[in-house]
Amino acid sequence: MTDIDTAPIKRPIRWHIGVFLAPAFVVYTAIMILPLIETLRLSFYNTVDGASTFVGLANYQVLFGEQRWSHDFWNALVNNLIFFVIHMCVQNPIGIALAALLSVPKLRFVAFYRTAIFLPTLLSFVIVGFIWKLILSPIWGVAPWLMSLVGAKWMFAPWLGQSGPALIAVSLISNWQYIGIPMMLIYAALLSIPEEVIEAAEMDGITGWSQFWKIKLPLILPAIGIISILTFVGNFNAFDLVYTVQGALAGPDMSTDILGTLLYRTFFGFQLQLGDRSMGATIATVMFLIILAGVSFYLFAIQRRMRRYQF
Amino acid sequence: MTRFLKGMLFASTVLASAGAVHAADVTLTIESWRNDDLAIWQEKLIPAFEKANPGIKLKFSPTAPTEYNASLNAKLDAGSAGDIITCRPFDASLELFNKKQLVDLTSLSGMANFSPVAKAAWSTDDGKSTFCVPMASVIHGFIYNKDAFDKLGISVPKTNEEFFAALDKIKKDGNYIPLAMGTKDLWEAATMGYQNIGPNYWKGEDGRKALIEGKEKLTDPEWVKPYEELAKWKPYLGDGFEAQTYSDSQNLFTLGRAAIYPAGSWEIALFTSQAQFKMGAFPPPVLKAGDTGYISDHPDIGVGLNAKSTHQEEAKKFLTWVASPEFANIYANALPGFFSLNSTPVKMSDPLAQEFVSWRASFKPTVRSTYQILSRGKPNLENETWVESANVINGTDTPKVAGEKLQKGLDGWYKPGK
Repeated sequence: MTDIDTAPIKRPIRWHIGVFLAPAFVVYTAIMILPLIETLRLSFYNTVDGASTFVGLANYQVLFGEQRWSHDFWNALVNNLIFFVIHMCVQNPIGIALAALLSVPKLRFVAFYRTAIFLPTLLSFVIVGFIWKLILSPIWGVAPWLMSLVGAKWMFAPWLGQSGPALIAVSLISNWQYIGIPMMLIYAALLSIPEEVIEAAEMDGITGWSQFWKIKLPLILPAIGIISILTFVGNFNAFDLVYTVQGALAGPDMSTDILGTLLYRTFFGFQLQLGDRSMGATIATVMFLIILAGVSFYLFAIQRRMRRYQF
Repeated sequence: MTRFLKGMLFASTVLASAGAVHAADVTLTIESWRNDDLAIWQEKLIPAFEKANPGIKLKFSPTAPTEYNASLNAKLDAGSAGDIITCRPFDASLELFNKKQLVDLTSLSGMANFSPVAKAAWSTDDGKSTFCVPMASVIHGFIYNKDAFDKLGISVPKTNEEFFAALDKIKKDGNYIPLAMGTKDLWEAATMGYQNIGPNYWKGEDGRKALIEGKEKLTDPEWVKPYEELAKWKPYLGDGFEAQTYSDSQNLFTLGRAAIYPAGSWEIALFTSQAQFKMGAFPPPVLKAGDTGYISDHPDIGVGLNAKSTHQEEAKKFLTWVASPEFANIYANALPGFFSLNSTPVKMSDPLAQEFVSWRASFKPTVRSTYQILSRGKPNLENETWVESANVINGTDTPKVAGEKLQKGLDGWYKPGK
């Protein structure tokens, strides 16, 4: 008996782990890690007398120190924050509300609503940008006509062309497009709440909206956290919709310029402006750091404190 | 049956050998942003050239205009660009020449067909080397709805005063939007607005050169006045012009809903094919009757030779052909509104194009003020001018503030006389 106990356990080297990990690791390294490192490297280099030279933090000094650059950067960052806040205050609450409505057992045509609301998410941003530009067009758009039907024509304005409302309008278009994502995630989270919990709540006389606030919402908080962080990352990487709706100069008067469009103009150039790869890489790195900071804050400060319930 | 088979075999051998001869041909690839011109190249220009030059084949491969510069630069850096490069005017191409990506074409035999002004857009600052063959320029002015003018009894305005009187009359009548222009796309306000009427204020080339030499500033009245005029356009623009895009403006005019369209001559082909009414054109109105008029006659397209091309000789043959009056003739007539820069006058059949080009006789030509040298740094003066021109019309900035902002941006990196 004892012999068996003391016999050393011989484990074969588990090659299969490495083999199975290798494809993902190689692909991810080639298309994500290496470009990221190269971008970081490029931000420390600049062209001096026609040759690429290591300049240390000089590019960052220019970005934050020179008045023109820092003005453009802070303008883009503030606009980006507004863009994010609108998503958090409009898209996500409405998405959660829609999910709550969809999970009402008595509701009919659930599948239809679900599909219809999720559909814009599947559309290309080019199509979304184009149709909204048409809808809001003061000349051919249906928006002024629809508003005149309910006597609200006076409220219509060429929003996309006004420096105040343009950013809000673009944000709301983006909300419209992506509202399906929070809705679907929350909907799935709501469905995964066990019947027993709901029944127990009903036994205690908690029904309707108070049931949602007191029972369901705490249970879906982790899902809301995930949505918030997805929104944050998505918004600070956003570019496409602003580019299709407002162009690369993010008009009028730079009022819809976000970090993505600033990066595009700097890196690739625009019209007579030639691309500046080093400064572009610098902005890309700063964007990366902002997103990294946001995600870290969420992971360490919020997610750890979140209470999870196991059933 | 066997005879038929033999015939087939024979035919296929002959065809195959014909194919082999084709394969030995040199194919030149042309990089361009003019995807609108694809049909003209394939149907008219390429056959004409290939007929005269057996053994050389051409392939026209355009990119979207807004992506052209970025993609061309990337392709040139990677060594995968085509043999023939369509050149943007001024700095964008000069940069390529300085990077030794374009060949010096000063000694090309066809270059003698162009005046120094025509070559200026593709020459070094000292004018010693030219690196692209000038192809075409565009002229700014106003295209108007002749039927509307006749109906309202308006004659073509020559002075500023008449221009605004005409606008007032159209506005009072109410059937037409007086001016078809929007500020959504920004560049309309700058290119069709500021660069269109501006030369009359800054005296064309004199002002432009003085600005480059630092003798004038964008805050001087010559440069602020055009903005003041632009600001006066606001009441004559259509409802919701702030969100009106370039194509909206084009459609408003061609549908007959607007009376005057601040234009570039490149619109001619499209307008002639779409508009159901008679059109005319007039140059930017002068300040007082009898003043010398200035027009923006802006070199827009040239062609150059990729230094890495493996077919330098054939490419030079092609470029010499582009520099010939024969090419100018086909091109200018196929694309009315793109005026040949060739010294040999070209006979054009389009009446609207003739109208535009006739101004060259009595008006002094100039190029867009922001294109040469002044858009080399950051902030880019051209892009800033787009933003500020739209701001002035929208009322976001006063003309004075716009001038100050632009000058401040320019001062940030440009030291004249250096």
